Amino acid sequence: MRKTNALAFAALGTVLTMGLAACGGTAGGGGNTSSGNKATDGAAASTAKYNDAYTKVVNPSDAKGGTLKFALTNEPDSTDPGNTYYAWNWNFTRLYARPLMTYTAQPGEAGLKLVPDLAESAGEVSADGKTWTYKLKKGIKYDDGTEVKAADIKYAVARSNFTDELTDGPKYFALYLDAGDYKGPYKDKNLDDFKGIETPDDYTVVFKLKAPFSEFDFLVSNPQTAPVPQAKDTGVDYEKAVVSTGPYKFESYEVGKQLNLVRNTNWDPATDTTRKQLPDRIEVQYGQNGEDIDNRLIAGQIQVDLAGTGMQPAGRAKVVSDPKLKDSTDNPFTPFNRYAMMSTKVKPFDNVECRKAVQYATDKTATQAPWGGPLGGEIGTTAMTPTTVGYKQFDLYPNGADHKGDLTKAKEALTACGQPNGFEANLAVRGDRTKEVQVAEALQASLARVGIKLTIKKYPSGDWSAQYAGKPDFVHKNNLGIMIAGWGADWPSGFGFLSQIVDGRAIKPSGNYNQMELNDPAINELLDKGIQTPDATARNEIWAQVDQKVMESAAFMSFVYEKTLIFRPSNLTNVYVHPAWGMYDYTWLGVKQ
Amino acid sequence: MPGSDPPGHSGRTIVVAFIVRRVIAAVLMLAVVSMATFAIFFLIPRALGQTPEGMASRYVGRDATPEAIQGAVKRLHLDDPLLVQYGRFAQGIVAGQDYSLGPKKAECPAPCFGFSFNNNQPVWPTLLDRLPATLSLAIGAAVLWLVTGVSIGVVSALRRGSVLDRAAMTVALAGVSLPIYFTGLLSLSVFAYTLGIFPGGGSYTPITENPVMWFQALVLPWITLAFLYAALYARLTRAGMLETMGEDYIRTARAKGLRERTVVTKHALRATLTPILTIFGLDLGLLLGGAVLTESTFSIQGIGKLVIDAIRGNDLPVVLGVTLFAAFFIVLANLIVDILYAVVDPRVRLS
Amino acid sequence: MTTPPESFLELRDLRIHFPTEDGLVKSVDGLSYKLERGKTLGIVGESGSGKSVTSLGILGLHKGGRAKISGEIWLDGEELVSASADHVRTLRGKKMAMIFQDPLSAMHPFYSVGAQIVEAYRIHHKVSKGVARKHAIDMLGRVGIPQPDRRVDDYPHQFSGGMRQRAMIAMALSCDPELLIADEPTTALDVTVQAQILDLMTDLQREFNSALIIITHDLGVVAELSDDILVMYGGKCIEYGSAEDIFYRPEHPYTWGLLGSMPRLDRERTERLLPIKGTPPSLINVPSGCAFNPRCGFVGRTEGKSTSEVPELLETEGGHLVRCHMPRTERRSIWDNEIKPMMEST
Repeated sequence: MRKTNALAFAALGTVLTMGLAACGGTAGGGGNTSSGNKATDGAAASTAKYNDAYTKVVNPSDAKGGTLKFALTNEPDSTDPGNTYYAWNWNFTRLYARPLMTYTAQPGEAGLKLVPDLAESAGEVSADGKTWTYKLKKGIKYDDGTEVKAADIKYAVARSNFTDELTDGPKYFALYLDAGDYKGPYKDKNLDDFKGIETPDDYTVVFKLKAPFSEFDFLVSNPQTAPVPQAKDTGVDYEKAVVSTGPYKFESYEVGKQLNLVRNTNWDPATDTTRKQLPDRIEVQYGQNGEDIDNRLIAGQIQVDLAGTGMQPAGRAKVVSDPKLKDSTDNPFTPFNRYAMMSTKVKPFDNVECRKAVQYATDKTATQAPWGGPLGGEIGTTAMTPTTVGYKQFDLYPNGADHKGDLTKAKEALTACGQPNGFEANLAVRGDRTKEVQVAEALQASLARVGIKLTIKKYPSGDWSAQYAGKPDFVHKNNLGIMIAGWGADWPSGFGFLSQIVDGRAIKPSGNYNQMELNDPAINELLDKGIQTPDATARNEIWAQVDQKVMESAAFMSFVYEKTLIFRPSNLTNVYVHPAWGMYDYTWLGVKQ
Repeated sequence: MPGSDPPGHSGRTIVVAFIVRRVIAAVLMLAVVSMATFAIFFLIPRALGQTPEGMASRYVGRDATPEAIQGAVKRLHLDDPLLVQYGRFAQGIVAGQDYSLGPKKAECPAPCFGFSFNNNQPVWPTLLDRLPATLSLAIGAAVLWLVTGVSIGVVSALRRGSVLDRAAMTVALAGVSLPIYFTGLLSLSVFAYTLGIFPGGGSYTPITENPVMWFQALVLPWITLAFLYAALYARLTRAGMLETMGEDYIRTARAKGLRERTVVTKHALRATLTPILTIFGLDLGLLLGGAVLTESTFSIQGIGKLVIDAIRGNDLPVVLGVTLFAAFFIVLANLIVDILYAVVDPRVRLS
Repeated sequence: MTTPPESFLELRDLRIHFPTEDGLVKSVDGLSYKLERGKTLGIVGESGSGKSVTSLGILGLHKGGRAKISGEIWLDGEELVSASADHVRTLRGKKMAMIFQDPLSAMHPFYSVGAQIVEAYRIHHKVSKGVARKHAIDMLGRVGIPQPDRRVDDYPHQFSGGMRQRAMIAMALSCDPELLIADEPTTALDVTVQAQILDLMTDLQREFNSALIIITHDLGVVAELSDDILVMYGGKCIEYGSAEDIFYRPEHPYTWGLLGSMPRLDRERTERLLPIKGTPPSLINVPSGCAFNPRCGFVGRTEGKSTSEVPELLETEGGHLVRCHMPRTERRSIWDNEIKPMMEST
């Protein structure tokens, strides 16, 4: 699962919504009167409409030059491509780090298709499905002019997956590669001891897997396969001087404050089908005030909120009330599903009928509201999200025309469960996440209509999965019948989305994400079968089946497929929303001068 | 006869002895502060049943394997007894320590507050790096609020009950009541994004790089921060001035035939300002430990921004570092205030 | 406006009223008296009787612009009520000076004693700081401060109470004032020091030939120093006369009360022979008729005279003025037959 940015000062932001929305009218209105004003650039006339960048490239331009400015409320876990787990950073690091594979540069579903990046072509899989071979393009250089070697990719994977120091990224390669008890390059300086990857020559990388894994191309699209020369590696400090393979390279980096990128003259566009190199410079400011980022976007002083998580409540209120400003926004899906899980091990949710009762009784417009209404998410009915490869729309528990709940069916289900008058249960929520608490309250009110009385239990998000909802023992002991959570896939396929949260074998004594403790052999088998199916179409069909089975269990109830409202300043060119990230394709952007 | 020993007698010795005593007390206090902070972040979670692994899991990636967590426990020494952990921290401050960055060890020379758990940067250089921004903000704002606050307070007191007095005190009430977050964003919205007079948020530039930009970027933060304090100081000054103007020695001064201006500036203001200077010293000391809200609002990467981020991220070494840093400034401010007080007010003895 | 008087100081129907939220406070309400150079006037009264406000009024120091002052204050041929504030200021410290009670609070705590005297001197004399300092040391010496050249740099808190009072006197006398007003100059001091200070003041008065006003609530203080004594009550003069008149032939029941409460060596200070019941009158709602009426022990002995009127200040004999409804004979008889024997018997 990718991390999202916690909304800094969310509560304060809400308080300010009213006050600033009022004066916001002034700020926006200024654009109409004083045309020479610098502050009006962002709101200047543009023909683009609301959500245009979701389906096409807005302000297409190949004009080069200028400085593209990003801002971020917090700081990245690391700028090291091998040591980060933020979705936006996987998007952003592509500016200076090229993995073996990457996504097609196109809006819509087409963007989810992988294309070779450093590799010449997609991976070649052996007959037994356990060996994946990638051939490198020739002549790809680092920013210092030296050539990229296969061993550098091997080393990059070794350092990011097999060391104690680089802790921030995912460890899929450690999980799937057949590497024995390899200690990692910091303890074992001899890279030949790493048997999980072989490099028979400088242009061939061979991955050795423990078991077949049909979606391996998705894994190598992770920035962890971007090459790192062993001599240049300084461990956690490597983030300060990342060696570039992309169109930009590091000019300066002050940890926690600012990152400046400049053109990498050793990047050859002929080898790269997905990136552009339009701005002269790219500047990123970290630790910026969220409310202020929105105001600066609207004023055109910066171009992108790097996190891609959308506007703060105040900024959102400002733009939706002004049609002109609203035309400068896009409202894409994020990879996140916001849902409730019902524990199959806690009474009375061990009975599927009681779970169904919840599905029918929930007023999903009420649980949608805390996310920001339709702009914050579309009401969900499945486990997989619309931007996942293999997603099929269906609704097993239609609960009224407006999703406001079907109380008759809910009562039938309750009767079938042997609880015709309802029951009492506990609802666990991350107490420091305002929106989730509001969802819990809405759910509580919904279910009270059929006699299900929920008691809301709040736990801190920091230890949520280690100590509370992610610890089955704790869940059982405290009778946590319903838990409110969210999940976003690391890669947009059914497997990427589902494996951690619905596989019965993924249930862990702590840090568990299958909080419903669903352990259906049929689901487990389908997951195994799917990941070993080489044919993508057949595979995606299997993911849809898994989704169907999960929903049949009624233990999973989606509130919304999350959406964000992101602002698109008019001086930002070549903008489109990439479906894999649910945010703008950062490698395409240009800036009007 | 009481007080018959003349002043100035061995005055220097007294001051030196006083400073030495206070410095020793300050060091002890800093030790206590560090222990208390340490306890809040380590002892209390442990007492509540948190395991070293549980703590380590906060500082590794989301998808950490048990091995990675164990690695973090070892690397951050979370499994050592607490006393040993504290000892290592304390030793680091005095003697420095080593830290594993990966292929090689990094040295952290004394004073070493350790390395951030979250971004692996050594804490002390980070603090020094963030200090100029906070200094610029705090000192600039302090000058502004002292001058405006005291002037308004004096004028208000002398024209007590006038329209001017009432207007000033109403604005002052607003200044005290309105949160910086609100006034800050409002001022940015008006002066930066609508009128375009000043640069927007996040435009702080070190004075060494570009003094003009430094100044322009700080005008709004200065005013915002100073507004709050100026309001406070105007009220304090007004109240103090009204009290002082009623003192017998003011009547004496007038009875000598002094001009009213001299009475106000030489006799009244001096007595009014003395307690205000004390508060001023402490306020400034406190601010040097980070102007959290102003820095956050204007995206100034100072000490305050650093610590609020560190607290949010459970970044213990940074929190400990900033706490000690801030405590140091407060202790220093106290010391200076005490010495100044003794200089200003002859009745006060350094003892 | 009338013609300038011949007296050095003369007050004519002085009224100082303060408007407050609760009403008009009549602190001084129609006060008149005269004082010559070299003479001493004692003004006696309880706190709130208006005795301090009167003297502040002479100096132009009655608080702020809110006070309403009327009547005339003639000082050496100049009328001060109608004079400009700045002109009065130039007279303060030089022509007329004041010794305040409680010199610890009346001297600025942050400036040395010497500096405060130097300041007072240099307002009216264009001399260098060095010259002024010599003068300050000289003055301190004259008021009896030992080692004045060393103590000149001490701060007020480093002085003892008596020394502070001496320093205060030195400050007031630093410009040779012709009128010196001492407001409770000895209240904060113990008895032996009191005597020293009072002696000092009379010596200096003689030396400078100033007119001296001593304000006190304690008749004992002014007993020996004063030529004339003025008893104030409720913002008005209720008895005025020579010291002898007041001590040997007092005619007002309030004065009797004051005399009865004088400390004597053979009596406990707190023991009151002839206690004055009740509290001083509110200066806002002054009782109709005699202000002392509610506390007077001789109400009803007015021989039919209406008590609803304010009694007038009338001469009884030889400049002795009394404000009382009782006929003179009655007052004399009460003093001679009832009060005096009681005082002498103990």
